Amino acid sequence: MKKVLFAIAFMLSTSSLTTAQNNTRVIPSVDIKKLDGSTFNTNNIQNDGKPIIIDFWATWCSPCKAELNAIAEDYADWQQETGVKLVAVSIDDARNVDKVAPYVNGKGWEYEVLSDVNGDFKRAMNVNNVPHVFVLNGNREIVYQQNSAAPGDDKKLYEIVKKVAKGEKLN
Amino acid sequence: MKRNSLLFCQLFFLVFYSLKYTKSQAQTIGGGEVHGNFQVDAQYYNPDSAIGAKPIPEKVLMNSFTNIIYTNGGFSAGVRFESYLNTMLGFDPRYVGNGVPFRYASFNKDNFSITVGSYYEQFGSGLIFRSYEERGLGYDNAMDGLRVKYTLIKGVHLKGLIGKQRYYFTHGPGIVRGFDGEVAINELSEKLNEKKTKVFVGGSFVSKYQVDQDPIFVLPENVGAWASRIKINHGGWSLYGEYANKINDPSSVNNYIYKKGLAAYVNTSYSQKGLGINLSGKIIDNMNFRSDRTAQNNDLLINYLPALTRQHAYNLASTIYPYATQPNGEMAYQGDITYTLKKDSKLGGKYGTTVLLNYSSANGLSTTPENSGLGYKANYGKLGKVYFKDFNIEIQKKINKSLKVNLFYANFVYNKDVAQGKVGEGMVYANIEVLEFTYKFNDIHALRMELQGLQTKQDHGDWATVVAEYTVSPKWFFSAVNQYNYGNSVKANRLFYPIGQIGFIKNSTRVTIGYGRQRAGIFCIGGICRVVPASNGATISISSSF
Repeated sequence: MKKVLFAIAFMLSTSSLTTAQNNTRVIPSVDIKKLDGSTFNTNNIQNDGKPIIIDFWATWCSPCKAELNAIAEDYADWQQETGVKLVAVSIDDARNVDKVAPYVNGKGWEYEVLSDVNGDFKRAMNVNNVPHVFVLNGNREIVYQQNSAAPGDDKKLYEIVKKVAKGEKLN
Repeated sequence: MKRNSLLFCQLFFLVFYSLKYTKSQAQTIGGGEVHGNFQVDAQYYNPDSAIGAKPIPEKVLMNSFTNIIYTNGGFSAGVRFESYLNTMLGFDPRYVGNGVPFRYASFNKDNFSITVGSYYEQFGSGLIFRSYEERGLGYDNAMDGLRVKYTLIKGVHLKGLIGKQRYYFTHGPGIVRGFDGEVAINELSEKLNEKKTKVFVGGSFVSKYQVDQDPIFVLPENVGAWASRIKINHGGWSLYGEYANKINDPSSVNNYIYKKGLAAYVNTSYSQKGLGINLSGKIIDNMNFRSDRTAQNNDLLINYLPALTRQHAYNLASTIYPYATQPNGEMAYQGDITYTLKKDSKLGGKYGTTVLLNYSSANGLSTTPENSGLGYKANYGKLGKVYFKDFNIEIQKKINKSLKVNLFYANFVYNKDVAQGKVGEGMVYANIEVLEFTYKFNDIHALRMELQGLQTKQDHGDWATVVAEYTVSPKWFFSAVNQYNYGNSVKANRLFYPIGQIGFIKNSTRVTIGYGRQRAGIFCIGGICRVVPASNGATISISSSF
């Protein structure tokens, strides 16, 4: 047990070391799926140097859907003004995964939707629970996270995206 | 535990050396990154004789976990530290004390990836293999061993694995081995790639080994299962089918019969803008598959057989009468429609209106008994007795910029004996209604309310629930929930269950404190359920990722 605790302490100390060297974090490379069933590596989440939103959600998560539906109404404006791209990662497992595409199309979402059916990307991104939203800058580095989706959070999110698009620093 | 720490130390040196190695290569690779997440849940328990909550000797119980992941280019290593001091009520008490039950190192380069230590994996839809975690339910059947993934050519993905399954802070007695291959037909050539119809085929084989020490029965020590699957997409139309077989696998769950197992799942969906339709059906026949033939409940499951029913979000619909697949035998089907009435139409209103319709039915197999140790013979042309039925409809409407309304109705038929493993409780027929509205005062303040009702003449009778949630975006929420079992046939049990919560969110950190009386319930995600006893007291939950 002592050895284990020592090792964890060591890892934590390297954590402060590495974050001091490099304050940002690039998204990990994980194989998940597109809604058509094809394999998709998360390295291919790209947006030509413009901001990216990665939004973890599920068909059974009401606040997730409420926020994504709220953003859907303004998404065309967001894209036009900032060039942002929203990637909605569904963590629905085999029970509900086949309902994702009908829901997405039924709602007319224009997002890029991915399916993380066994939680591999969720774990690699250290997501505890949904909703969990990440904002990435033009270099695909995580610059903001939010682990909630209350009414109005979408407006706050867009304020962040606008700052990131302009290359401004976040507080 | 000893073995755990030993293995962990080996991994630790791996990480250490990779750090040293990368230091010399710092310019090209960099120093790598460490990140993680943690969660802690604790409750102070008050005794409450009205709900049968007995005094807890420790007064406070706590569950927590921390994941730490180190990544550097294609190399990654991680550990999860878990702590149960002592296990909270409703979680399996075999989770007790501290430990590092999950640790791994993996390396991937080009088309090749190797993982040693702990890992999660799924083949197809999981009919014969799925290892995963559901932390909120205390479910974790992580594999511990070795996994290799290889992309042979573009569109051809192969996976091979071997390991033992996690069993609380130890491992199950069996060894699980598996292989899976998947081919994306269209990716094989340029010409096929241009086709509008996309086809994927896959196949897998899984085998478990467990020594037979039974004094009476001759039990198979190696049990093999195989599955094949296909997915076809054409425009908005999609079809998925998977078929699996298993050789005879006598176990305590199937009463040690020598019958073969079978599972079939088919799903088809059609969608276009504003409309989504989904139909699915499945047969499960003697498909309990575990790496220990004496394991019960949620222990050492190799495969995943989720319920083909809607996963409800409203409290009374999701936690009073939940249903999970019966692995010994079930035939089920489900239909699901999402339709959005157009904006500015007569019924759609200014913002459009969404209607969701769902129907599901799960039945037992229609069987005739067989002697000779095979147990029974199933007739797939006929449905057996009703296990569960759910018809539900939901209408979502945005009235104006500030107000959104949801209306929900469900009708349940619930075989309590089968679904909850009880005897002589019989069928429950219940109606559930919900009115939910969200009112946005401005971009920061909002109030959400749910008024829920459940009526049934059986079981605990009628329930009413009121939920009020006030949010201050993006940092605060305040919620109050009160449930009232006003229809209980026993007058002394007509109780209120009030709970208040305050939550604070800062980026990826969430802190929630609560106080109140929690009714007993069954919390399910997918095919796994957790029975939570009634309790009374104060709770705190903190989660964060870094």
